[in-house]
Amino acid sequence: MNAVAIVIMVGSGLRIFNAYPAFARRGETFRWYPFEHKSIPLNLTFGGWLGGARHWHFAMMWVLVVNGLVYLAFVFLHGEWRDLVPRRNDPRDAIEMMKFYLFIKKRHPHQGKHNALQKSAYFALPLVSALAVVSGIAIWKPVQLAWLANLLGGYVWARYWHFVAMTIIVVLSVIHVFMVFAVDPYSIRSMVTGRYNPNASPEARNARPFYHLFYKPTFPVSDADVVPGAIAPPLPPKNPSDGIEI
Amino acid sequence: MSIDRRDFLSLSGSALYAAILAGCNSKGPRTAQRLIKYAERKNEVVERALFRHTSMDATQSGAHAAGNKLPSYFISKTVPVWDEGVRGKWTLEVGGMVAKPVTLSMDDLLHLPRVANRVNHYCVEGWTAVETWTGVPMRELAKLVQPDANAKFVDFQSFDDGYHESWDMEGALHPQTVVAYALDGTMLGPAHGAPARVYSPVKLGYKNTKYLTKIAFMPVANGGYWSDAGYEWYGGV
Repeated sequence: MNAVAIVIMVGSGLRIFNAYPAFARRGETFRWYPFEHKSIPLNLTFGGWLGGARHWHFAMMWVLVVNGLVYLAFVFLHGEWRDLVPRRNDPRDAIEMMKFYLFIKKRHPHQGKHNALQKSAYFALPLVSALAVVSGIAIWKPVQLAWLANLLGGYVWARYWHFVAMTIIVVLSVIHVFMVFAVDPYSIRSMVTGRYNPNASPEARNARPFYHLFYKPTFPVSDADVVPGAIAPPLPPKNPSDGIEI
Repeated sequence: MSIDRRDFLSLSGSALYAAILAGCNSKGPRTAQRLIKYAERKNEVVERALFRHTSMDATQSGAHAAGNKLPSYFISKTVPVWDEGVRGKWTLEVGGMVAKPVTLSMDDLLHLPRVANRVNHYCVEGWTAVETWTGVPMRELAKLVQPDANAKFVDFQSFDDGYHESWDMEGALHPQTVVAYALDGTMLGPAHGAPARVYSPVKLGYKNTKYLTKIAFMPVANGGYWSDAGYEWYGGV
């Protein structure tokens, strides 16, 4: 549902942007956007026309704001924020993760619930979303809530920050969805139900993209292959008809 | 059978998803239209609750006036120009549910209290432009005609092929809402709504009727050119 709402929000936002695909105040120039007055391709937009897109945008904003607040409440009430706050070693670990994905490093770095790259993405997303919401309110009500627009540098800049926040959210989402399917498609079940069975995921999900397509479990796993602290490798099924228990 | 929190979440999630799919399959656009209409009504409640007469628009220091870069439009086939030979002297009628309706000539307007507001123009398309609008505050005109207590809306009508937009009373009586006859220190030209137009930074550009002929105080709103075409009727910023 969130995914649908975000797609509608981004599509309708781009449609609104297309009505004036630039940031400059009339009679001025704006130097911080290289594509001033270049339209967004129409098939990336939603709402059909400016008025329709505005209606969708102003309807979906409530869905996303309420969902965001529920998410924050859950993360805090369940203490899951502990898995997301940045730690001192995160930058180093994030570089290690990148090396792993780029085949520079053979072994998957040690991690907790999320790896360092995931952690920084999941930590950044609520912050960027907050910027999207605040800048959105600022350009919705630049006179009645002028203080908010002024906080962001005025209407023109608030509109710019709204666009930047959207771009970051889109980039993070695209990477996220790609990694879900490419690294650990078995985790989709956990996104819906909340249950995660690490035994179902290839190499206990510590794999490179598309690894699961070629993954043939070999058993038994020697002790030398077990990375200390990593999630246990999958157990072999008892007989072929059992399959993997979920 | 007991249902724990996760079961509940997954069940309700599936149910919601099924409902959305069913909605899309059976009625599609019509359900969606109802949904966004509902959202528009609720948003208007929020917007009117946020509205303050004390919230003023101010231009940023260093912002340049748009000057001749200010876009203009009209809905007639050609630029609407008031032809005195055909229509006689231009006047502005201020009436409807008021105690003392008046018909004002340009000379009358020029002798009423005058303000010059350097403000932003917020277009529905997303651009802004800085301009100085000189004219009579709507508050002064309201003082003159004394609207009825039951008048909750104001309609601004024009000679531009029936173009009009009705406003909520609060927006119409905001201190920065003026019946403007000059732009950037010179009398309005035909492109920007001569002889006079309504101008307010608290409404999106399309709510600001140009080529003004009549201001009517009313008990109910009667839509408007762009609001009937599907843009938000409230159009406040």
